[in-house]
Amino acid sequence: MLHYLRALRGIVVRELSRFVQQKGRFISALVRPLIWLFVFAAGFRSTLGIAVMPPYETYILYEVYITPGLIGMIQLFNGMQSSLSMVYDREMGSMRTLLVSPLPRGYLLVCKLLAGTLVSVLQAYVFLGIAWFYEIETSWQGYATLFPALLLAGMMLGALGLLLSSFIRQLENFAGVMNFVIFPLFFMSTALYPLWRIKESSALLHTLAQYNPFSQAVELLRFALYGQWNGYAAAYVSAALLAFLGLALWGYNPSKGMMQRKGATA
Amino acid sequence: MATAVSTDRLTKDFTTGFWRQHPHRGLDALTFEIPTGSVFGLLGPNGAGKSTLFALITRLYDSREGRVVINGYDVRRDSRQALAGLGVVFQQPTLDPDLSVAQNLHYHCDLHGLPGRIASQRIREELERQGMYERRWEKVRQLNGGHRRRVEIARALLHQPALLLLDEPTVGLDVPSRRAIVDYVHQLCAERRVAVLWASHLIDEIHAGDRLLILHRGCLLAQGGVAEILVETETADIGAAFQTLTGEAG
Repeated sequence: MLHYLRALRGIVVRELSRFVQQKGRFISALVRPLIWLFVFAAGFRSTLGIAVMPPYETYILYEVYITPGLIGMIQLFNGMQSSLSMVYDREMGSMRTLLVSPLPRGYLLVCKLLAGTLVSVLQAYVFLGIAWFYEIETSWQGYATLFPALLLAGMMLGALGLLLSSFIRQLENFAGVMNFVIFPLFFMSTALYPLWRIKESSALLHTLAQYNPFSQAVELLRFALYGQWNGYAAAYVSAALLAFLGLALWGYNPSKGMMQRKGATA
Repeated sequence: MATAVSTDRLTKDFTTGFWRQHPHRGLDALTFEIPTGSVFGLLGPNGAGKSTLFALITRLYDSREGRVVINGYDVRRDSRQALAGLGVVFQQPTLDPDLSVAQNLHYHCDLHGLPGRIASQRIREELERQGMYERRWEKVRQLNGGHRRRVEIARALLHQPALLLLDEPTVGLDVPSRRAIVDYVHQLCAERRVAVLWASHLIDEIHAGDRLLILHRGCLLAQGGVAEILVETETADIGAAFQTLTGEAG
């Protein structure tokens, strides 16, 4: 048991140390949502009115509406960045150090997923700290309820990244997948517009956004920011997490996965 | 003498191609045994199957036929126990360049479940042996290729493995650095009874007392001591023996 805990500690400490060392990664992770908040949302404030809808009890500014979506964006990019680094590590060889450790491979990958998620939680709170100065704030209870929601959403998006990394052999392929995954997930979701707005313009888009796991992650974060737990969104995100993680573990299984078939060098 | 690693009819098939699958045999019924405290050189040209063999021993992926046993443990069935007795230096550098030498080594100790005090003590011992202890707080990025390799060898020994796998560890190093690593590994083997499997395509890294496995296109063409192979191939040196067996210059 101690061995398992030491491995978890080692992987988390390594991920956090790498994150602290890579200041550019930290800054760029924050700049992206801040530009959306300060530039995009400010510009659209006058054109996009948001009606009263749960969890909001009154009319809100557009900046307030997209804040959970931007937190989701941080976690989405972090999940993809983390899987990008896994593809890079696999190409460069450092992933092998992890995979040849004397612990079940599934456990090692879940530790890596958890470590990456903790980094995204840290980024999300720093983003909220900056947003606070822009008068986008919530109660202490909201900040506290957000923590488990961030963990769940971050794990789900990280598991999706892990799944992608298990099927991709080279970095060049990854760039294409990023475009086919990040943009559709983000734009076909409730991150920027509420579902009823999307329904007004396209029934198909509405259906896609409704079943998009990223939408459910954003709704989970949105309710959590107001101290509420959205049970449906949490269940949906948990189911997506299990599905993505199960497929990712299959992909990394030395007997069954894609690496086995194609003979990747790990 | 105890066996550090053995393989029994180890075979590996791959498929390539997306729409139409083309089967390709990476390893063909490889059988060999490496006793503890011996150095085995694994010689073979590019594409011979050296990296595939290492990937199967380290269980980066599994074979459907044949088996690998490390310290008495089957790699597929008892992978935890088998991998616990294995130290690996991969061909590509695997240290994290953004972290310090000490951070990299502590990470490895955590993955192998070593308690903090024992980990610190072993890190100190291994780095002192390699003359790297004073540089433990330097980032790996600041080290030259030879020093990085020394740290990787130190890391592979931290959990005191019975078998050390070295996949072309001297690639890209200058002659003095190469010689230092070759000598250090032989010294390790003599002093600590560690079994070593050393993949290389550089004939001059083989010592007269070493044993050899010669691999070509996935098949084991010869195995035995240097002298035995020279007699078998009726040649005067390993380079000529290699050429006779594989048809390629060593």
